[in-house]
Amino acid sequence: MSRAKRIFHQFGSPPWLFRFAGWLIPWLWLVCIALGAWGLWWGLLIAPPDYLQGESVRIMYLHVPSAWMSYSIYLLMAIFGFCALVWHVRAAEIMAMASAPIGAAFTLVTLVTGSLWGRPTWGTYWVWDARLTSELVLLFLYLGVMGLHSAFDEPRKGARAAALLSLVGLVNIPIIHYSVVWWNTLHQPGSVGVDGSSIHPSMLWPLLIVALAAKFYYGANLLSRTRVRLLEENRHRRWARAWVTGGID
Amino acid sequence: MLKSHQLLLERHFQPVFAPVDLEVRGGELWLITGANGAGKTTLIRLLAGLARPTSGRLLREAGTVAYLGHQLGLKADLSVVENLAFAAALSGGDALPIQRTLERLDLADASHQAARTLSAGQRKRCALARLSLTPASLWLLDEPYANLDAPGVKVVDALLAEHLDGGGACVMSTHGALRPPDLPWRELAIQPWEAPA
Amino acid sequence: MSGRVLLPLLRRDLLLAYRRRTELLLPLVFLLVVVSLFPLGVGPGPQVLARIAVGVIWIAALLATVVSLDGLFRSDFEDGSLEQVAVSGHSLARVALVKALVHWLVAGLPIVLLSPLLAIWMNLPEGGLGALVASLALGTPTLSLLGAIGAALTVSLNRGGQLLSLLVFPLYVPILILATSAVSSATDSLPYNGQLGLLAAGLVAALTLAPMAIAAALKLSLE
Repeated sequence: MSRAKRIFHQFGSPPWLFRFAGWLIPWLWLVCIALGAWGLWWGLLIAPPDYLQGESVRIMYLHVPSAWMSYSIYLLMAIFGFCALVWHVRAAEIMAMASAPIGAAFTLVTLVTGSLWGRPTWGTYWVWDARLTSELVLLFLYLGVMGLHSAFDEPRKGARAAALLSLVGLVNIPIIHYSVVWWNTLHQPGSVGVDGSSIHPSMLWPLLIVALAAKFYYGANLLSRTRVRLLEENRHRRWARAWVTGGID
Repeated sequence: MLKSHQLLLERHFQPVFAPVDLEVRGGELWLITGANGAGKTTLIRLLAGLARPTSGRLLREAGTVAYLGHQLGLKADLSVVENLAFAAALSGGDALPIQRTLERLDLADASHQAARTLSAGQRKRCALARLSLTPASLWLLDEPYANLDAPGVKVVDALLAEHLDGGGACVMSTHGALRPPDLPWRELAIQPWEAPA
Repeated sequence: MSGRVLLPLLRRDLLLAYRRRTELLLPLVFLLVVVSLFPLGVGPGPQVLARIAVGVIWIAALLATVVSLDGLFRSDFEDGSLEQVAVSGHSLARVALVKALVHWLVAGLPIVLLSPLLAIWMNLPEGGLGALVASLALGTPTLSLLGAIGAALTVSLNRGGQLLSLLVFPLYVPILILATSAVSSATDSLPYNGQLGLLAAGLVAALTLAPMAIAAALKLSLE
């Protein structure tokens, strides 16, 4: 067996993945909290206020990383889903389905912070702006994947059905996004985007740091959910019972 | 004709039955036996390729299989003849012997009745009639004797005997004491799965 | 041998649809009811109706399509016909294409044919009628194909119908946007070939990709 293939198989082996995730999670949290604290401190307290929007621009340090995460988690979920469908790797099924609620949560945060940001900027909590609208459609896609997954009695069947749906959604996301952007220019000619202007490095750095922290948060959360799921499914297997009763890690 | 090696299917992360090793050759009739809930239907569906084994291997000779499940695959709004004509088209078989088959299965009088108006026994006969129209060499039958009266059982046995004589093979599930009386058969008793100690 | 079963399948499904023709009328009646609710809800003023006409007609078409989608594979699944097709060794993707075609013929095409009546009800400006019919003719087959994916995914679920709308409506967003914009352009006497071209491209893409997804979903639902 080649080295790559061996790693691939090892990754799909529940006890190995369980132990590896257990070892990795504390480190991911550590990095996530350190980066998050640094980035938010910089962004919320040190970085200059915007010359047009004033202090309200600081909500960007939550809004923009969440928006990035909402799309990249969908992409990862679909990639895990593809592996689940093609190679029938249970670990990939679990990770695809564990990604969905995290991605949906980031999408929700994006929508809420976006509408809070909209109040001082546009004077209203909700505007059918292209970005917000396609985030809303993305939320519906996430909810569809989660709803389909939970509707099946047999968890593996549900996971693969939802993985298939996430792939269909992935093909459609760019189409939806561009059609919504185009629809927006059609109906609101001359509306000025909030983030149309180029961003100053003093604001960009904290933004990137928070975005990186969000990635580590996703990793930690994903692996925690995966561990719980692995334990639950393998409750009749020896390694899982031994871990629960004996606390062997 | 069909060979399985350590065939296993998990539902809710528990194997449904102990791994199944089965080799079916031409001319053989296999009975799958086991208590209710042992997984007879599941095994037949696995062999038919309708379900995916969690582990193990399943090799099947090229060519189609004939499958008869709990749901008979009849369209309630089509007549008996229309149902059979479509079944013949689907399996690539010949639609010509439909009339003869209907007489044999005692369905000739009902041939233009909609399937919805048939009794349970007649519906079963109609589904069994498909078997004589298909060129498939492997028959996978889930409880073929259910809902049939004594003459019906005889017809099934006659159909089976012809099929086996022609070199075909059949795997069928059956519960209870009903066995094909005039045919030699082999038995695969499904064992419950036991967790390794 | 794969292609030979498609014609008998098409004939069988059309015959079955014909024998259940009163059921086919329900989505169309639903369409008429939904559209007729709008004048009651927003007032009968001709200007108001003209402004919202395209959107109302298209949204009603989406709703009527989804209402009819739930039955697309359900009876085949429940009576075991789908199992028979699956074990027959025929390409499920082609079978899926035929099923989607039948769905469009009995549920989509009638919407296209009814649309002039809806346009009169909603006081759609006259210049928009051609674009409305064209957009529906190009858009509804895509609705059937994308919807069939959702129908195939939910066919083994008891309450699949409610979930189905959540699964397919997000996928319908681009079609709705393109189609309504084509008709708006037409009523403003602007060119709308671009939108129709994109709708046609969407149809071609759906024709190539959706059958594979439908086939995979059906296989999964049978397990």
